[in-house]
Amino acid sequence: MESKTKISAEEGKQELWIKREFDISLELLFLAYQEPNLVEQWMGTKVIKLESKKYGIFQYETTDPKGNKHGFSGVIHEFVPNKKITRTFEMENSVFPVQLEYLEFEKLSDTKSRLNMQIIFKSVEFRNQLMALPFAFGLNMAHNRIEEIYKK
Amino acid sequence: MNLRRDVFQAIADPTRRAILLLVTTQAMSAGAIAANFDSARPTVSKHLQILTECDLLLQKPSGREVFYQINAQKMKEVADFIEPFRSMWDNRFNKLETLMKQYKPTK
Repeated sequence: MESKTKISAEEGKQELWIKREFDISLELLFLAYQEPNLVEQWMGTKVIKLESKKYGIFQYETTDPKGNKHGFSGVIHEFVPNKKITRTFEMENSVFPVQLEYLEFEKLSDTKSRLNMQIIFKSVEFRNQLMALPFAFGLNMAHNRIEEIYKK
Repeated sequence: MNLRRDVFQAIADPTRRAILLLVTTQAMSAGAIAANFDSARPTVSKHLQILTECDLLLQKPSGREVFYQINAQKMKEVADFIEPFRSMWDNRFNKLETLMKQYKPTK
């Protein structure tokens, strides 16, 4: 199955685009971002606070397999239902500086919608490091598998 | 032996992978990296040397110390390093889609 999520990160730019088309209506897509209990279910994080409004605050928390807690938080600057959310995003207690996120919600038909997410980073370096995170974690967790492949 | 094979061998070692993971989030000095392992300091230095020779790590002098950081550009050559990032988002969005397809308004 072809993946529906597209990532584009141009060389030398400190931004990143995440685009995805959904087989759900625009209203349902937006609701999934607006309601704390829904965010909790699809993001897989605990939602401590989510004030879906201009100047609202959000705080999420995840627990890793070792039991360590990781906090994510930010402030919502624009909140226009079924249209856009503009917010800051920060990984607490990490070296990553605050990033700016523009989320645009688009209606394609009554049952289809699209999300365009633009993330702006403090530097190209930080963007690349953030994108490399799942790769590096994957390397570590899947090391046995990699070993099998490369030892042949 | 070609360079590409060297790179794969470099990341096949568990300690070197752990080092790459450590410096993904921040540049670190050799001492700070070594503090994370039980191995002797020279052993860790050897790993750092191999990773640097393969261009997987970049060295950045800072005062009297040398800091190591991941070379994202090189990682990209080794494997498509964006793919795990993309699939992480894809999984999340798939969940969102499934969840909202079953969504029934409570009011």
